[in-house]
Amino acid sequence: MAEIRVEHLRKAFGDFVAVQDSSFVVGDGEFFVMLGPSGCGKTTTLRMIAGLELPTGGKILLGGEDVTMRRARERDIAFVFQLFALYPHMNVRKNIGFPLLAQGMPGIEIRQRVEETAKLLRIDHLLNKSVSGLSGGDRQRVALGRAIVRRPKCFLMDEPLGTLDTEFRDLMVHELRELHNRIHATTVYVTHDQMEAMSMADKIAVMNHGVIEQFGTPREIYDRPATMFVADFIGSPPMNFLGFGGGLSKGASEIVVQGAKVAVPEVREDIAPADMALGIRPEHIRFDDGSKLRGAIYGTEYLGTTQIVAVETSGGIIKARVPAEIRLNPGDQVGLALSSTRLSLFEKGSGRAVRTAIHDTVIHHGASQGRAHRG
Amino acid sequence: MSLTSAHSVVAPSVVSKRVAGTIIVLYALISIVPLLWIFATSFKTPPDSIAYPPKILFQPSLEGYCNLFSTRTRQTPEYINSLGPATGVCDETVRKRNMVIAGPSNFMPRFVNSLIIAFGSTFCAVFLGTLSAYGFSRFKVPLADDLLFFILSTRMMPPIAVAIPIYLMYRELGLSDTALGMILLYTAVNVSLAVWLLKGFIDEIPREYEEAAMIDGYTRLQAFWRTVLPQATTGIAATAIFCLIFAWNEYAFAALLTSGTAQTAPPFIPTIIGEGGQDWPAVAAGTTIFLVPILVFTILLRKQLLRGITFGAVRK
Ligand SMILES: Nc1ncnc2c1ncn2[C@@H]1O[C@H](COP(=O)(O)OP(=O)(O)OP(=O)(O)O)[C@@H](O)[C@H]1O
Ligand SMILES: [Mg+2]
Repeated sequence: MAEIRVEHLRKAFGDFVAVQDSSFVVGDGEFFVMLGPSGCGKTTTLRMIAGLELPTGGKILLGGEDVTMRRARERDIAFVFQLFALYPHMNVRKNIGFPLLAQGMPGIEIRQRVEETAKLLRIDHLLNKSVSGLSGGDRQRVALGRAIVRRPKCFLMDEPLGTLDTEFRDLMVHELRELHNRIHATTVYVTHDQMEAMSMADKIAVMNHGVIEQFGTPREIYDRPATMFVADFIGSPPMNFLGFGGGLSKGASEIVVQGAKVAVPEVREDIAPADMALGIRPEHIRFDDGSKLRGAIYGTEYLGTTQIVAVETSGGIIKARVPAEIRLNPGDQVGLALSSTRLSLFEKGSGRAVRTAIHDTVIHHGASQGRAHRG
Repeated sequence: MSLTSAHSVVAPSVVSKRVAGTIIVLYALISIVPLLWIFATSFKTPPDSIAYPPKILFQPSLEGYCNLFSTRTRQTPEYINSLGPATGVCDETVRKRNMVIAGPSNFMPRFVNSLIIAFGSTFCAVFLGTLSAYGFSRFKVPLADDLLFFILSTRMMPPIAVAIPIYLMYRELGLSDTALGMILLYTAVNVSLAVWLLKGFIDEIPREYEEAAMIDGYTRLQAFWRTVLPQATTGIAATAIFCLIFAWNEYAFAALLTSGTAQTAPPFIPTIIGEGGQDWPAVAAGTTIFLVPILVFTILLRKQLLRGITFGAVRK
């Protein structure tokens, strides 16, 4: 197992830049998730780490060794592909043993290793089956088996659960994390599904348009989004934004939004007057008739224990997550109280988060924190 | 999905199915009649074969096959009577016509030439075609589209248009009337078809298969051999049949460039007519035997052939 260090990685296809100045470190034994919308460059980054694509610039270090220009087969990594796939002309046993055959391992040893791996994944009863008859989940288990059988330096997985239905996917998310807890393999996992990312990752990098917008633990990413893109991409429903104008000065702890004074975490930097946005997670909103910030109930979505309430304010629709018991009727006027310690502030132009008291305990990851969102 | 393509996957109506079925059966019957006629003629005696009105029912005879495989000399009845008893069916048949078998004919060597040249050139065309198609499919080849078009364009004029330059070149190079020359020629003609057909098949195989193998520690060639080839067998088989049919049936170049040792069966069979009268049964026998290898090959690989033909339609 080894640490993966990516420094200023860049990839251009002709004029199109798929990955820009990407830097991050995946610690030894860490489960790292790259999260982002379709086309943001996740697969491209992964393929460069694997050696299937040569970077246009930057460096990749595996266990301290510079492997940027090495061939894929000299890197000692395993890759689980997005749509692929097992070799249809081989049975399960041959598929799992295929990487060992490349090393010229004797047949008996291959047999033994394949069986061990199959037991670990609970697919030992399928070993002599043809892969064409397998269910989606079993196929993915076999693909995982192919990856772990060789005990490589690290695992790269490109949306391995993307083709499974929701039920299977939840099961596999659980299994994958459990497997990781047992073998502690350095893993880079790519997905566009935030639930997968949040439930499995030790660290997440949120990507957009080839840029890593934020790198951090799931909790950091959720509680302290570094850009408006991250705030909007993570969470369901996503973070609400309320626009306000004017600058901010260091030490301020109150802003004026739609004519109402709102207490916010203490600001830690001076911001010149510009268009700003206040970011509020739906669960940080309470209904309070005393609040100056007001709106009319627009609609509700009942979820059992909670409900999502859309409130129409003068600054647009705000979604709040409130207990399911509260009875509301469309058109009712309500006051909105916000949890002052959990709010985020953004510069609208760049999308960047303003430094406030919520950032006071930031852990440094040795990589660029939250790059500016390209307007 | 557009409306037109949606329409094409709708099951045809019963009436149109009937009509299509009738047309296909009629066409098949019309196509098979000459073949059946040739097959029947090969078992007739020479007088039966030119009888008028044509004989549908006749006493089968092996005379055509005997004549095909042998050369004969005419003898007086006294001489033939002086010989001992006939040594086989052919001997007996031939003696009835006041002839004795003088030796084997050239048919067998010509047939073997055909086998060597057709299978040899098919192998070369498919081998080169597979490698080139893989290259075009997987690598960024500069001017790939132009090159592919150029390769295809060699198929656009009738090959016989270049017959004279090739004839002169072959004479200079000493390739005239050699099996090697014919193999090279048929390979050159077939390789364009092979590249195009196989590129389509290889494009369909996700590149993740080789990439996974290469990450697992195989070289590109090993990955190609172990993951791409096994999945391309259908395409390779279909391509091989097309190449083989062309090389096997080719007449014009064979007639022009081969006359002796390397002569193939197609130019040889018509020459039988000249030998001792119009021996139609022997010609028909030669044609019948000539059809057998392609028939066997096609029946063995008919699934792949069908897929090769409908290939444009089934691709995503
Ligand atoms: N070989 C290539 N040539 C040109 N453009 C490419 C190539 N590979 C990828 N791209 C482009 O780079 C961008 C990033 O692609 P990538 O496959 O990394 O996205 P992704 O984040 O994995 O998306 P998805 O979630 O859809 O898999 C896309 O816009 C894609 O069109
Ligand atoms: Mg992808």
